[in-house]
Amino acid sequence: MAGASDDSGADLELVGITKQFPGFTAIENLNLTIPAGSFFALLGPSGCGKTTTLRLVAGLESPTSGRILIGGKDVTDTKPHQRPVNTVFQSYALFPHMTVLRNVAFGVSRRGIPDPLGRAHEALRLVELDHLAGRRPAQLSGGQQQRVALARAIVNRPALLLLDEPLGALDLKLRRQMQLELKSIQDEVGLTFLHVTHDQEEAMTMADTVAVMNRGEIEQMGAPEELYELPKTAFVANFLGQSNLFTGPVVSSGENSIIVEIAGTKLEVPKERAQRHSGTVTIGVRPEKLTLLTTRPVAASGVNVLGPGVVTDVSFSGVSTQYLVEMPGVGTVTVFAQNMVFGPVVNRGSEVWVSWTVEHGFGLADDERLEERSEAV
Amino acid sequence: MRRNWGVGIYSVLILALLLIPIGYTIVFSFNIPARTNVTWRGFSFDNWINIFADPRVVAAFVTSIGVGLLATLAAAALGTAISIALVRFRFRFRTALTVLLFLPMATPEVVIGSGLGSQFLNLGVDKGLGTIIVAHIMFCISFVVITVRARVSSLDPAIEEAGRDLYASPAQVWWRITFPLLLPGIVAAALLSFALSFDDFIITAFVRGTTETFPTYIYTAAVRAIPAQANVFASVIFLLAIVLVVAQQLSAAARRRQLAREG
Repeated sequence: MAGASDDSGADLELVGITKQFPGFTAIENLNLTIPAGSFFALLGPSGCGKTTTLRLVAGLESPTSGRILIGGKDVTDTKPHQRPVNTVFQSYALFPHMTVLRNVAFGVSRRGIPDPLGRAHEALRLVELDHLAGRRPAQLSGGQQQRVALARAIVNRPALLLLDEPLGALDLKLRRQMQLELKSIQDEVGLTFLHVTHDQEEAMTMADTVAVMNRGEIEQMGAPEELYELPKTAFVANFLGQSNLFTGPVVSSGENSIIVEIAGTKLEVPKERAQRHSGTVTIGVRPEKLTLLTTRPVAASGVNVLGPGVVTDVSFSGVSTQYLVEMPGVGTVTVFAQNMVFGPVVNRGSEVWVSWTVEHGFGLADDERLEERSEAV
Repeated sequence: MRRNWGVGIYSVLILALLLIPIGYTIVFSFNIPARTNVTWRGFSFDNWINIFADPRVVAAFVTSIGVGLLATLAAAALGTAISIALVRFRFRFRTALTVLLFLPMATPEVVIGSGLGSQFLNLGVDKGLGTIIVAHIMFCISFVVITVRARVSSLDPAIEEAGRDLYASPAQVWWRITFPLLLPGIVAAALLSFALSFDDFIITAFVRGTTETFPTYIYTAAVRAIPAQANVFASVIFLLAIVLVVAQQLSAAARRRQLAREG
């Protein structure tokens, strides 16, 4: 039954979830635990199975196999209206024939909790829309409708709040503002939030924990900084921000680091930041960690150098400038340089070297077969 | 701005053409009663006061109202369910079913009527009130489906999912969300069904047996003499329809004003 939860929300546990639709498998043996009170983001490209996961938790779809537990209780076979879960839908799905107030009071009334209108007013005050309680949804702006949808869900104090790309329909400025608001509301009400999005910046700004999903499976899960600084697969490295990836054989393995040979250049990666230590591996580094040099640097320990290469493109974007450098035998390397001086530091056609601190590199788990798979995305 | 008199004159002529028969019917409901109601003898309220004087007119009128209500109710219920099934579910023969549903609208009534008539005869069904109602439900369903289906298609399924998500049982989702949102379409479909049923002559003529509906009564009576009460009933129906439309317009205008005030 739709029992009220305590204020910290409840754990969500997905055990061996598989969901097949006629003709394709949306989710393959998914195991996931979301601790109570956390703001959890499920991040992935469209069609990766993240929305299906959300609908399974809400009860709007049933899994082909596996169990769903909320607060330790198995809810796999219960109907949506029997689950202590509420959803903020991508299209908001407000009831067009009811006032804002009646919309928000709907869930409270259905559960027979006293004073549904009073609680609805309270929830509307939280999203600062109480003055529009008498209006119809069609008379509100997109951002206001979004906040009504949020109030309509949190008024029920669900054990788990599901957000299905809730900011997708808003313009960029409003989206940034709503991201902060959602985060502060989550702090205030202390519910467990499960947020589904394809916007990596949104996921990283808002969530405590981000799970990157690809083809029905979770590729990597962790705090946003951890995912960004130490991606474990090429998919994560490229979906969360940009990465320069190089593939080559491990030629030697020291106590703390491995040496990978890329087009004749030896590059060092710390062992603790590399998923595999032998065979052919893919290593990477973020574009903003690279330093662009116009003269060959003096070899030093703790620094990797690639080059020389030729700058093929310079694009200025305000806070930084992006350089594309064509490295013979390696491919294109992207460099982000902060604009500390006026104008670009180097011009198109210049001969340059790039260097980075060994600690900034990372080694991926992908074998070559896996890499092809993620490049196909 | 220069007035365009041509359009004005044209509009008046068209309206006159449309309204003359109705005006004639209403005017002749005030004729001094006699054996026939073809020539104007003078103004009188007698026909209106003795509205129930001719039992055959009353019986035919009551039959038509009853058939119209029952056929409308059944067609609206079945048609709404069919519309939801056609929009929301993918099943075998879905396209075939859609075509079949719209066939009665495209087929000449004479063909449907004679076909149904011989079907009932072959099956040994006694023709009468029952066969009239079944026939009317059949052709009304098409119009209900075409009207309600458009409404169902414009309904975001997420709205019903939101209802399920907000602790409403399937029955509550239907009565509190889906039904109110489809209601304007269902009402429009029901009004259309009732008008079609009340008005139907051709199909009814083939399946009625000895039962008289208002149109079949008028048709047979016209051979001898139509009682003036028939004009009275026709006028009543016409005025009732006008009142309904005006009331609906007024309430819609009031609602718009109220929304504007709240906004």
